[in-house]
Amino acid sequence: MKELVEVIAKSIVDQPEEVFVNQVEGEKSVIFELSVADDDMGKVIGKRGRIAKAIRTVVKAAATKEGKKVIIDIQ
Amino acid sequence: MDSIRKEAKNVEEAVEKALKELEISREEAEINIIEEGNTGFLGIIGNKNAIVEVKIKYDPIKIGLEFLESIFNSSDLNVEVEIVEEETNDEQVLFNLLSPELGLVIGHRGETLDALQYLTSIVVNKKNSEYYRVLLDAEGYRDRRKETLERLANKLVRKAIDKGRKVVLEPMPPHERRIIHITLKDNPYVKSYSEGQEPFRKVMIEPIK
Repeated sequence: MKELVEVIAKSIVDQPEEVFVNQVEGEKSVIFELSVADDDMGKVIGKRGRIAKAIRTVVKAAATKEGKKVIIDIQ
Repeated sequence: MDSIRKEAKNVEEAVEKALKELEISREEAEINIIEEGNTGFLGIIGNKNAIVEVKIKYDPIKIGLEFLESIFNSSDLNVEVEIVEEETNDEQVLFNLLSPELGLVIGHRGETLDALQYLTSIVVNKKNSEYYRVLLDAEGYRDRRKETLERLANKLVRKAIDKGRKVVLEPMPPHERRIIHITLKDNPYVKSYSEGQEPFRKVMIEPIK
């Protein structure tokens, strides 16, 4: 799942080498802390958060099988 | 940056330099020789460097396909991606997703399918100067949904007329609202319009008095 967040973020940004994902495992949820280059922030968030929302939707769908709640924290 | 100029002793070296900088292989490049260059007499007198322009050959279908496959490979979703040739041309590509877990790929009211379509479009158009349309379908989901929405629209027209007041639909994404509006645009008894903010924007069907 962490790899999925990485794959999506790296494909969207201009500086893929600056993409880092940290996975924090909770009891009922998983938090993915996504960090990108400052210049790429807009690329992963999008106008009115549209891109961030799309990323969350896709990752949530993939996580449904694991039955855990997914939180993506863009920092 | 999808095109660069490089100068070197000869064409071959200039091309090598450019490919290295663009991080692409020769198959992915469009090479334009601007100056052949020559080594001159004894490589000293009158030597001229070769100049080439190397451009990244842009293949939106390949980019989109690779992106979708990398998504499904890195998640546990079992999905096969196929290109629908009849709907693919210079302006757009239609990818059809096949999966035993179709519900997950489509999501609630097509939410996941739309998110995948949106992200693929971003990736495909990232380095492209002209917009290339990316469409995603999942085993005919789009057509089935369209039929459902058309049926729903017609059913609610009768309800609005019977009750003599407007009917409010559930929130829908823009392309689904559009299907409702198009279905009703020539209906003389009702008018349809949308109200509210995304993603809760709703279609209203109102009888014309």
